[in-house]
Amino acid sequence: MGLVNGTAIRRIILEQSKRANVGHIGSGLSIADLIAALYGGILNIPSPSDPERDRMILGKGHAALALYAAFYLKGWITAEQLDTFHTDGSLLGVHPEHILPGVDFSTGSLGQGLSFGTGAALAARLQNSSRRVFVLVSDGECNEGALWEAVMFAAHHQLSNLIVLVDLNHQQAFGYTDAVIKMSPMANRWQAFGWDVHEVDGHDVAALQQTVASLDTISGPPHVLVASTTFGKGVSYMESQIKWHYMPMNDAEYPQALEEVGTTAIEVAP
Amino acid sequence: MRGAFAKTLVELAAQDDRIMLLTGDLGFMALEIFSERFPSRFVNMGVAEQNMMGVATGLAEAGFIPFAYSIVTFASLRPYEFIRNGPIFHHLPVRVVGVGGGMEYGNAGPTHHGLEDVSVMRTQPGITVIAPADADQTASALRQTWHLPGPIYYRIGKNDKVIIPNLDGRFELGRLQIVREGGDLLLVAMGGITNEVVAAADTLAKQGIQATVAIVSSFNPAPVDDLIRLLGRFPLTLTVEAHYITGGVGSLVSEVVAEQALGCRVVRCGLTTPPLAVSGSQSYLQHQYGISASALVETALRELQGIKTQ
Repeated sequence: MGLVNGTAIRRIILEQSKRANVGHIGSGLSIADLIAALYGGILNIPSPSDPERDRMILGKGHAALALYAAFYLKGWITAEQLDTFHTDGSLLGVHPEHILPGVDFSTGSLGQGLSFGTGAALAARLQNSSRRVFVLVSDGECNEGALWEAVMFAAHHQLSNLIVLVDLNHQQAFGYTDAVIKMSPMANRWQAFGWDVHEVDGHDVAALQQTVASLDTISGPPHVLVASTTFGKGVSYMESQIKWHYMPMNDAEYPQALEEVGTTAIEVAP
Repeated sequence: MRGAFAKTLVELAAQDDRIMLLTGDLGFMALEIFSERFPSRFVNMGVAEQNMMGVATGLAEAGFIPFAYSIVTFASLRPYEFIRNGPIFHHLPVRVVGVGGGMEYGNAGPTHHGLEDVSVMRTQPGITVIAPADADQTASALRQTWHLPGPIYYRIGKNDKVIIPNLDGRFELGRLQIVREGGDLLLVAMGGITNEVVAAADTLAKQGIQATVAIVSSFNPAPVDDLIRLLGRFPLTLTVEAHYITGGVGSLVSEVVAEQALGCRVVRCGLTTPPLAVSGSQSYLQHQYGISASALVETALRELQGIKTQ
């Protein structure tokens, strides 16, 4: 297991959200393996300031803690910086801000990240660059009409360097997606818009990495990995429970969560 | 103004290959001079203005200077949050170009009228806001500002024929321009309605009333110092805008008067009611809303009389 792995990311999400006494825990746990696959192998980012780096946009900005965990494990931020999450004056807010190196675009308003990413992908093509653009969106985020404007545009212009990951955890802030705005079958929707669609297990890091490695990012349509995930993955009492979009853990819940996620020692890149 | 904008943008794009032009499927008979000369830097984004602003943000982050073009209301209101969270919050050089301020799309009806764009843009400190008064000023404003590091909103008119006498294409960020001097009252105009304001001043002069006419085309930064110097000299100021009276030039002038405790009465001429649900030409609607030259003359005479009898 590499330094940037799902277990370490989950540990950090639990530790930091407990310290800060905040929610959005389930949303972060849902994408921990997607983030591990991206930052543990897929993304080509020699440094967060390299203009030729791959771009990565977290459309579901409320899961930023998973992103910060990866930045810490990559050695881009220190333990001291990580501990400023959710404190006054910190660069590490609930939603990611571009002033933090590693965050290419600020997000938090759902449905905007894919448009930013579509522009970034078009820019790479116009500049004859081989850099790729990844956008991680949630299934609830796909309620936003503007997202589909970007979906249509990217397909029309065959932005093959654009790769979307849909965190298909079947729930959103105030209900289950099937009960709020039914988005299934999610894959068919993207397919109908002309995207190259791959249905994957969003918790299988190796499979995710293999799938992305197989994509043609030089020509053809843009790509979407419709990644089946479990909201709150790794903590039994959080899994598929709406309340864990919002609630912080109390003192009794926290040790159980840590124990279930695992106590593998966290190693950080030098 | 639209023609001057496109022509000047072509000039600039020939010098700087970072310039791109995106359009929300509008610009027939206006943008072809750009699209034909620079096809790889022109993108018809379709009827999808939110995505247009998001894509412009992504392009700007990678070093491009994208101009995103549509009718005022579709360029400013529909994608407003994208403009706010995108180029404004990221401080990126996206240029939002709204064409047809006020009732320039007269008979097309209120969905096509630009009535609050300057207000909503001016409320954002992170974006330069420019509303030129004629074609020559549009060209100057574009030449002086296209390269600024942050975002810009340009509110331009459709009309390229009207030229404001004595403006001579002058433009300076944070300054106003005076096109006529007189000691009896001050008229402060914004954008394409300026020709009506100048015509009103001409009519007033024939009746022995001399007005100074000032044009504010730079909002963010606003010509605050110029306004302070000017407003203190007049007992009465009429502000004129093809726009709701809240948030535009009338509000700007009122803010300066209040903050500087200037003893000048301000009468804001512009839209004060929801749009009339009737079909009408630009000139018909401007008259209905009290901002035609003749309506402005009436207002000026009435307000001057009011000041005398106080």
